[in-house]
Amino acid sequence: MATVNDISKSVRRVDAVSKCEGKAKYLPDIDFRDCLWARMIRSSVPRGKIIKVNLPDLPSGYCFVDYRDIPEGGHNYLHMIATDWKCFAEDEVRYVGETIGLLVGPDRTVLADLIDRVSVDYEEQIPAVTIDEGLACKGGAFVNGNNIHCHLKIETGENADEVFKRCAKIVEETVETGFQEHIYLETNGACCCPEGDGYVIYASAQCPFYIRKSIAPLLNISPEKITVRQTVTGGAFGGKEHFPDVLCGPLLVAAHKTGKCVKMVFDREEDIENSVKRHPSKVVFKTGLDKEGNILVMDSKVYYNVGGYLSSSFVVLQRGCFHVAGCYSFPSFRSEGFGVATNTFPSCAFRGFGAPQTLFAVETHMCHLAQMQGLDPLEFKSRYFIKQGDTTSTNGKVVEKVMIPQMLEQVLKASDYRRKVKEYKIGSGRGIGISFYNHGGAFTGNGEQSLIKAHCRLHKYPDGHVEILCGQTEMGQGFHTILPKIAAHVLEIPIEKVVFEDPDTSRVPDSGPTAASRSTMIVGDLVEKAAKLMKDRYSKESEFEIETEYEHPEGYPWNQDTFQGYAYLGYGWGVCAVEVEVDPCTAEVAVKGVWSSHDGGHPVDELIVHGQVNGGVLQGIGWASTEVMENTDGHFRQTSMSDYIVPTSMDCPRQGVDLVDNPYEWGPFGAKGLGELVFNGSGAAYIDALSRAIGKKINAIPVPTEKVMEYILHGKKLGEAD
Amino acid sequence: MNVKLEFTLNGKNVTVSTDPLRRLIDVLREDFGCTGVKEGCSEGECGACSILLNGKMVTSCLIPVGAADGQDIVTIEGLSETEKGKLIIQAFADGGAVQCGFCIPGMVVAAYSILCENPDPTEDEIRLGISGNICRCTGYDLIVDSIRLAAERGGSIWKK
Ligand code: FES
Ligand code: FES
Repeated sequence: MATVNDISKSVRRVDAVSKCEGKAKYLPDIDFRDCLWARMIRSSVPRGKIIKVNLPDLPSGYCFVDYRDIPEGGHNYLHMIATDWKCFAEDEVRYVGETIGLLVGPDRTVLADLIDRVSVDYEEQIPAVTIDEGLACKGGAFVNGNNIHCHLKIETGENADEVFKRCAKIVEETVETGFQEHIYLETNGACCCPEGDGYVIYASAQCPFYIRKSIAPLLNISPEKITVRQTVTGGAFGGKEHFPDVLCGPLLVAAHKTGKCVKMVFDREEDIENSVKRHPSKVVFKTGLDKEGNILVMDSKVYYNVGGYLSSSFVVLQRGCFHVAGCYSFPSFRSEGFGVATNTFPSCAFRGFGAPQTLFAVETHMCHLAQMQGLDPLEFKSRYFIKQGDTTSTNGKVVEKVMIPQMLEQVLKASDYRRKVKEYKIGSGRGIGISFYNHGGAFTGNGEQSLIKAHCRLHKYPDGHVEILCGQTEMGQGFHTILPKIAAHVLEIPIEKVVFEDPDTSRVPDSGPTAASRSTMIVGDLVEKAAKLMKDRYSKESEFEIETEYEHPEGYPWNQDTFQGYAYLGYGWGVCAVEVEVDPCTAEVAVKGVWSSHDGGHPVDELIVHGQVNGGVLQGIGWASTEVMENTDGHFRQTSMSDYIVPTSMDCPRQGVDLVDNPYEWGPFGAKGLGELVFNGSGAAYIDALSRAIGKKINAIPVPTEKVMEYILHGKKLGEAD
Repeated sequence: MNVKLEFTLNGKNVTVSTDPLRRLIDVLREDFGCTGVKEGCSEGECGACSILLNGKMVTSCLIPVGAADGQDIVTIEGLSETEKGKLIIQAFADGGAVQCGFCIPGMVVAAYSILCENPDPTEDEIRLGISGNICRCTGYDLIVDSIRLAAERGGSIWKK
């Protein structure tokens, strides 16, 4: 699709060669001279009171750090979106893995030996682990008297209760999804060094400014006293959005106590057992149909397993509810969301941020509504596709052109869907499925204006180089290339003349987090604007700076108290088809084909977009199939990469990748968000294909081979009502 | 108890006096500064720590350094100085194989080992050849394409 001068034409990624050669320095690769090492002491029970921490005799140079080391005036909380997650547990613990303290000292082998000899006495309490146990207040409520951390309700069209009264048929159905572990290939790590009258944090992290704000209150110092320098980050996917605060907070207190650099790197087992996950979910639908089987009203209750602390989960839940109508418009719609407190590790951001769960749920429910009536899901879903100008789930309007029909055509053609649907009989062992999905780009509503107010600076140097100064991070998604490319393209200079380093919060303005598919859409746009302002002066002036600030377009109101209005100005859209074949003896599922089309606006770099699509789509299939993460009695059962199974190169053939070009009015060169979108739909298409292949109804993911066998033997027939 | 070990590392003779049970990955990273050797899983599952031991790809997190005594070891640091290594790296950069990069040094080693055995691999052979290397970012397709590209660009180099 790209022409020679088109920004879509791919350039070589600026970080590719240094990463290939092994020269890029990730946190574990950096030698912090004379640093101390830290190991975390964590709760081994899901719920209880701490009676006593028993420490072995510590050799000289070793110390224990806990909440009592927080100085006078300091505040023992991590300031995430909510401020309820403690830096160090004091007397109670709410989940397995909760930080109790750090053991700090010069030699890692000695620390490993010491840590084995630490024990904690608890008065144990009965934990609530699942959503249902949380709702039932098993062991007694521990949050708000009802274990509901957070709640919201949205509705559009005529009152749902009124509509139900005149429905010919009402269908109720529950769809569930499980925990998902990020498996960023580089585990979490950070180092905190005292410097001058402040501290410098080095971290494998997505959001340097979040860390600073979150941990400064521990020492009762201003955030500016802490400088955060991002180190080359080996993947994040949301898992390094707020979670690095959980490492950096205790490290800050340890550096304060010892006056030395303190470093901590998790090993894989430690990282899997003791880090945030994707929220497990349960969506209960109640859908009213008329005599002809048309949807008159769709009502849903959305439950997310939030875990012990709220942290970022209310925002995740909101996004979940806003996306539960999927790519559809129904005459009447209602959704109520509940963030449920349980005694599991707090759930947090993961690519899609709450949208994948409800999108999976609505796609699956729509398939079942169709199959109940003997209809092809595609035919049924197409009746309700949302269009430009239609009302959204929050009573805003869809601002942009929706290209689902064109994308659908591309996917139908590439996958040969229509022929296969006829040929592969239900239950024949072969199946093809299709899903539709979207993702609202950037922060919800006017959050970009009211919460973030992103700033970005361009600095021109006498030698002609231009430096981009902003807080956006490269975590693999390609932003170190995208942003310079935008600036270079506007300024008409070679990309090599544009410098963009890993952010250092003491040098760059706060441009908001690298999250919410906002970086290209919002910060890319600020760079494009700054570069346009720079262009005329570029050759005339030797050294100068331009700063731009985000401004929300007028005329798209949003009320964050009532959740009414324009939740998102630009959605990414996606269509995905998956074909599978099931071995009748072993129930093993082979993915035979994956085809997708995405609308991320005008692509800023086709090869980078291609890589995002491939990676996101495969991660979504993993979530629905092999990525089983169980939690029994508050302990995660899968604790290594040999029992938590992420897809390999053998699990999926080459993907068919299509894009549509749908320039977005307020994005750089017409680009909008894409990084999360590409995760949001492949799981539903995979399950649609699998359930057709085995002829059984599937209402919960993941579905590993053992589960496929169970469905084949005992599952409900596709098309049967619950 | 420390033992004196001698081996070749990236073409140079080296000696180290250390506990022979230490993991090879730790000795390479800590004693020799070869931090291109990445630790992703510590149990032989992810391939990020792949190196060449006497020309064969192995995961250095599973090997005690004692086993390296008298052997020939090449890490990504050495491989990227060779003609074949450079060719693969250029192909990876042009083919869009790299995202977060943490799996990539191991993938380059895997690519080298595939192409040395089979100068003209099919897509399926490449997929099989990298199946011990986990990448969480790319979905593998562009890595596969990049290895094909290295095969095509290299031509007869791979037969040497
Ligand atoms: S670290 Fe050695 S195989 Fe993963
Ligand atoms: S590029 Fe990130 S794990 Fe492969």
